Amino acid sequence: MTAAQNAKLRTAQAKKIREFVTPEGVDLQLRIASSGLRLGALIVDLTAITVTLFIFNLLVDWIGHATPRDVTFVIWMLGAFILRTFWFIGFELSSRAATPGKRMMGIRVVARDGGRLTADAVVARNLIRELELFLPLMMLGVGAAEDMVSGWTILAGVIWSLTLSLFLLFNRDRMRMGDLIAGTWVVMAARVKLDSDIAAAAEAGAIRFADAELAVYGIYELQELERILRGRDPRAMREVADTIRAKIGRPVAEEDDVFLLSYYRQLKARLERGLLFGKRREDKYASE
Amino acid sequence: MSAAELPGFSTSRFRAEREADWIAFDLLLTRLEKKGAAALTSDELLQLPILYRATLSSLSIARATSLDKALLDHLEALSIRGYFLVYGVRETRLSRIRRFFRYDWPAAVRALWKETLIIALIITLGVATSYSLVASNPEWYYNFVPEEMSGGRDPHATVEFLRSTLGHGKEAAADEQQSGLHVFATYLFTHNSQVSILSFALGFAFGVPTMMLEYYQGIGLGAMLALFAGKGLGVDFGGWLFIHGTTELFAAALSGAAGLRIGAAVVFPGARGRLEAASDAGRTAGKVMVGVILMLLVAGVLEGFGRQLITDTMLRYAIGTVMLLVWLAYYYIPRREDVA
Repeated sequence: MTAAQNAKLRTAQAKKIREFVTPEGVDLQLRIASSGLRLGALIVDLTAITVTLFIFNLLVDWIGHATPRDVTFVIWMLGAFILRTFWFIGFELSSRAATPGKRMMGIRVVARDGGRLTADAVVARNLIRELELFLPLMMLGVGAAEDMVSGWTILAGVIWSLTLSLFLLFNRDRMRMGDLIAGTWVVMAARVKLDSDIAAAAEAGAIRFADAELAVYGIYELQELERILRGRDPRAMREVADTIRAKIGRPVAEEDDVFLLSYYRQLKARLERGLLFGKRREDKYASE
Repeated sequence: MSAAELPGFSTSRFRAEREADWIAFDLLLTRLEKKGAAALTSDELLQLPILYRATLSSLSIARATSLDKALLDHLEALSIRGYFLVYGVRETRLSRIRRFFRYDWPAAVRALWKETLIIALIITLGVATSYSLVASNPEWYYNFVPEEMSGGRDPHATVEFLRSTLGHGKEAAADEQQSGLHVFATYLFTHNSQVSILSFALGFAFGVPTMMLEYYQGIGLGAMLALFAGKGLGVDFGGWLFIHGTTELFAAALSGAAGLRIGAAVVFPGARGRLEAASDAGRTAGKVMVGVILMLLVAGVLEGFGRQLITDTMLRYAIGTVMLLVWLAYYYIPRREDVA
């Protein structure tokens, strides 16, 4: 990977990060949730709604034994309406501000101005969903049911309604129409478990590296190395270890994990010492 | 200096010193998120902001001194969760609901009075248009009311049949029971709610589709009115409509007004940014829409039960009028909060 490509990748990631300064003056750097995650959350929620309705229907059937067909019909019609209107609103009003689908994907709804997420914003953003989600379906349904309208009219309708549904793909902040109207964002809010500190353990039988051998890498490489070490995949570790050995000109003499762990610890210590002196070296292309 | 030598400030030591706070904060947050503020003792509630600030300060220090990605990610996620809980929930759900009913809902409706008047005018215009057309030539009726909605109520029907659809007398009521009236009522409720939600949601397209939708609602109503009036059943039909219609049409007008407000904010944002104007309008409109759905539920109950049980036309008019007055009083009589 060249320096230019590397920088490009980093700005692409940074684009998704929005400054969000708390009253204490700390920038929390919220990350905008990707459209894929949001689609996933939507699918989970719609499935959950359908399953809920189905179970409720079975329950009513079981209580009433042989219920007439139109009771089933009423359950589905009214239930579907109430569930799909209030499922999203109800869950997003809770303190997690996320539906079960959103929780599963690790995302949540936030007020764009950094203030409190109010009930009216939640209601507004979810009622607009009706338009984004069900209008294209309705258009298709109408088109299939009646052929008195010409095919072109239907096509135009479907395309028009699809631009509403896909609105979030066309703006930087991945806002739906509903987010726009309600003044909200959907951001990442995944829980991250605190992993053990892999640099903490005492160094027994550690390999010593010279300063010149450590000077070849920066922060980006260090954190990639941390990811590999936490992943514990022997094939990936072998590959990385070989790359580092080639780079600093060391023969293969130790086990890969011992080699990588020693290298990680000493590289981390070196770079963190740099931080204390105000020197932050982003990656291997940056100068010392 | 050898590379293995640890510097005076070690991130491992930093973590060891502060980790207990993070774990305690994490536990408190998890309980708060699961069970709400009631799950915490007052001691723990007092600790919450202290632990929150400790975590934020840890995050700042870690960003400046540590390169442990797992540690940074954890602190960031913990701080974000903490921020939204500490600054997010200031009210209990109950007081939020009470405030909504006592103040927010009527205030939002009052704020939309201009838009409400415009939409009411548009609906009236729709009624007048189709009424005059159908009254002069009944064949127009078929253009306005789709067959599946009319259920046989068209210009060729007999007066007796039309009267029976208004649900007078016990036999008619029993008849309707058997013909799956509750299915029809459910259909009507979900249909009306959906039309209302749509006319709100379509508002951002400069309000034009909203106005068209509301006009169309008036058209259907006017055609029906002309049909019944033409057969000398105008007063009876009025009662049949009035008992739930005042609530339902009011709700329809409010949903249109909410949509129109958003459309107007998009076209004329004024001194604010377009985005800001739209989200301001969206919040007011959102409050109104909660009210609209509640009103439609009331209308649905009146339609389903009230109309079955009360068959006297005058009584129907009375109930409809009372409902209208109740809504008007609830929304438009000034409160003490307005002065403050």
